[in-house]
Amino acid sequence: MKGTNLGEFEELVLLTIAALINDAYSVAICDELEKHTGRSAKLGVVHAVLNRLEEKGLVKSRMGEATSTRGGKRKRYYEVTQAGKVALTQARDVRESLWRIIPGFNLEGSL
Amino acid sequence: MKIAPNSRPASPPRWAQKLLRWYCRPDLLEDLEGDFNEYFERNLKTKGARRARFIYVLDVLKFFRPYTVRKPSFLTFFIHWLMLGSYFKTSRRSLVRNKLFSAINIIGLAVSMSVGLLVIAFLADLFAYDQFHEKKHRTYRLLTRNELADKTVMNFASTSLKAGFKLRETIPGVEDVALIRRGFYSDARVNDETVIPLEATWADGSFFKVFTFPLLKGNPATALNEPYSLVVTEKTARKLFGDADALGKTVRFDTLNYTVTGVLKDIPKLSHLRFEALVSLPSVLGQKADSDGGILDWGNIYQNYVYLTVPENANLQAIQAGLDQLSRAENARLDRQKITLSLQPMDDIVFGGRLSNEIGVSIPTPVAWVLVGLALVVILSACFNYTNLSIARSIRRSREVGIRKIVGALKTHVLGQFMAESVIISVMALVLSFLLFLLLRTQFMALAPQLADVVSLELSPWLLLYFLLLAIGVGLAAGFLPALFFSRLQAVQVLKDASSLRVFRHVNMRKTLIFTQYTFSLIFITTTLIGYKQYRGFLSFDLGFTTENILNIRMQGNKSTLLKKELAEIPAVSQIATSRMITSLGSLYGATLKYKEKDKQDSAKVWINFVDENYLPLHRHRFLAGTNFKNRPTSGNETEVIVNEQVLKRFNLADRNPSKAVGKQVIMDDKPLTIVGVLKDFHYGTMDQKIEPTVFRYSAEESGGYLNVGIQSDDYPAALASIESAWQKIDRVHPLDAKFYDDQIEDAYRQFEVMVKVIGFITFLAICIASMGLFGMVVFTTETRLKEISIRKVMGASEGSLIFQLSKGFLLLLVMAALVALPVTYFFFDQFVLTKFVYHQPIGVSELVISVLVVMALAFLLIGSQTLKAARSNPAKVLKNE
Repeated sequence: MKGTNLGEFEELVLLTIAALINDAYSVAICDELEKHTGRSAKLGVVHAVLNRLEEKGLVKSRMGEATSTRGGKRKRYYEVTQAGKVALTQARDVRESLWRIIPGFNLEGSL
Repeated sequence: MKIAPNSRPASPPRWAQKLLRWYCRPDLLEDLEGDFNEYFERNLKTKGARRARFIYVLDVLKFFRPYTVRKPSFLTFFIHWLMLGSYFKTSRRSLVRNKLFSAINIIGLAVSMSVGLLVIAFLADLFAYDQFHEKKHRTYRLLTRNELADKTVMNFASTSLKAGFKLRETIPGVEDVALIRRGFYSDARVNDETVIPLEATWADGSFFKVFTFPLLKGNPATALNEPYSLVVTEKTARKLFGDADALGKTVRFDTLNYTVTGVLKDIPKLSHLRFEALVSLPSVLGQKADSDGGILDWGNIYQNYVYLTVPENANLQAIQAGLDQLSRAENARLDRQKITLSLQPMDDIVFGGRLSNEIGVSIPTPVAWVLVGLALVVILSACFNYTNLSIARSIRRSREVGIRKIVGALKTHVLGQFMAESVIISVMALVLSFLLFLLLRTQFMALAPQLADVVSLELSPWLLLYFLLLAIGVGLAAGFLPALFFSRLQAVQVLKDASSLRVFRHVNMRKTLIFTQYTFSLIFITTTLIGYKQYRGFLSFDLGFTTENILNIRMQGNKSTLLKKELAEIPAVSQIATSRMITSLGSLYGATLKYKEKDKQDSAKVWINFVDENYLPLHRHRFLAGTNFKNRPTSGNETEVIVNEQVLKRFNLADRNPSKAVGKQVIMDDKPLTIVGVLKDFHYGTMDQKIEPTVFRYSAEESGGYLNVGIQSDDYPAALASIESAWQKIDRVHPLDAKFYDDQIEDAYRQFEVMVKVIGFITFLAICIASMGLFGMVVFTTETRLKEISIRKVMGASEGSLIFQLSKGFLLLLVMAALVALPVTYFFFDQFVLTKFVYHQPIGVSELVISVLVVMALAFLLIGSQTLKAARSNPAKVLKNE
């Protein structure tokens, strides 16, 4: 199923939305991503991913209240859906099961 | 960065915001715009206003992606498509409901569009000229600019043969060069039985390489190489040989035998080169030099044409540089004359403008523009009517629009509906105007016989497509403003109270439209009147000699003395004279006159005519001094010349005293000639030319000229018949070519007659359309103000004051239109048009006054009839209905 296969960046965005809880809107997501990954997250990329996630049904969005900032324009808040949660857990499970079968993982050796 | 509190906070570029709003899907727009704003504010603080703006624009452009771009246009189209049936229905209903207004709209559009159709057909034909040549886009013609010592410049379509040969031999980058010489008029004899006058063109071997005239028989590579080769068109071949195979047959011209080496497919009508046959150029090169000097002289630029093709992407500048170099070298050998050459693309030939010695059809570009302009003005006038009446009557339709909007129509839907309606109406008008076009076409072709020669105006699928495009364009232009008006209506307001609709808000715009219509109508009518007066003036102008009852017979190569003898026996013929050319018709014959006084020699160009001793008395030229020719030699030993006043003036001859000038000697063609008479100035050229030095020399025999026959008779047809039979006795091959001098003068100014007729017709249409529009507006105004009128009447207003009340607005508009139109027309004619004619009639006050009176009277009739009707209505009846 298409919806269950998460790309790396999609997974990050989805996690960020979950982490931001009630304040997950595009600009905040960008900032949060930058803070955690240390690489710049462009609005253009994030916006496209958000749009795709919504199409896949992994997130849903609602419009917030109008404020005096942002030129009076409302924010669109995102929220992870049940399907999104399932996809995130699945992704984590896949990783963990793979981690588990690696015998001795030497971090220093790879550096 | 801190922003000063009193300064306006920086904001994103407006156009970028608009762009975003335009392309972005509505459901994504708001938060996206918000995001951009947030980033903008952030950048404003960290990076400054300029960079923030730049990033904003960049972002807006970057977000133009498949998933953000709106796709509703498809939906609107779909809705329009679904609604088309409904639009048709409502349009039809509204058309039927307002019969008067529909008729004004449709008839106005139809009539004006028929003019547009005519112009389109005319231009389409002109643009189609010469398109059958395969190398048309890389074919050029050599033009010649001839500058004389006295700074007179003439531009010729013709050039010298030498230029052509040199071009071929010395200038690189030229593919093929075709040389053409015209002036082959001779009788073709086949087996001494068939004798047919033939007009041919000399052409050399490269002719078929440059032009695409397919040969049905013969070899294009060799057909024109040998001297005395003849290539005939199919039509000529049939005339000469009937159905027999023409190839290889012999045709005799004068004493020389020519062999037919090819048969051409008939020349397409839309070709600027036209000929009945081609004669190989080597046939003429062998002949001895003619009176103009050697045929291969650099200065022999009047009869030859050079066409060349260049390879694709040729360097035209290099060729032009080569031509310049060539003329520099050759001009060094010329005496007080400078000839320069230039290239003219083949596509420009038909619109080539004014070149002397044009070989075929050529329309000056301004004529094309004037035609387009006239058609445009008339069409616009009809569009104005549509716009005006639709907006004026918008109350009726506003409820419909209101309902449509309430059930969900968007602005664009209403806009589309009304645009569709006007297009439907204009396409309906197109059907009518197409019929009118078919009628107009024959009338237009009959305007001047030359027109039928130039264009065919035949229908083709492309032409019909252009017609349809015109109708759609007209529909969109006419319907745009009303559609915009309707689309902006507020549904709630309209449905609550239609009268609150501010129809009169657009009064100024409507007044402007009416004002424009009437200004143009007035300009047109004054133009027609002034033009007509000028034209009549040209015809009745005192030329300085008489042209009455003089019949000019073209000799066509026959001995004039022979015909003279025959004609002398006809009782109706009172006088017979001979002349080389007919003056005052536009053709000019130049010569050089030298005058020597006290070792000082002066020479100048003079116009010349060769006549016999009867010519001057017959035309009643007035002698200021001296007499007619006394020495009347039969062959070239003339010793006398008769001059006009301008010659004395130009050479300051005998202190400009006519009686002293008689007896002085001048030199022409290296012959000493004595002045025996001085004539009063007369018009040798047409009205656009000044009277210049002109001389008459003696010649008893002019087989290439004319016989001028004075006729005194009560029965002209009988006199003409006897002249015809006299002609038959001396020439059985050529039909008699005889025209009355007065008719010839009329022909010479035919273009003005055509112009006056065309503009007159357009004027008529413009006035009709403007009047219809005005009528519509008056009917509407009186209808809407009927109650007001009734109340005024009840209160005691008289009929006269009511009519004044109702019509003063319109009349004021007309007065304003007159105040603009008359000075504009006067100034235009006075400063630009009439200055081109040295001898013209003054612009009279009468033309201006008459035009205003005509238009005013017509308008007053329209306004008066309607307002009178309204003023006479019974107020009780009107008011009872409330």
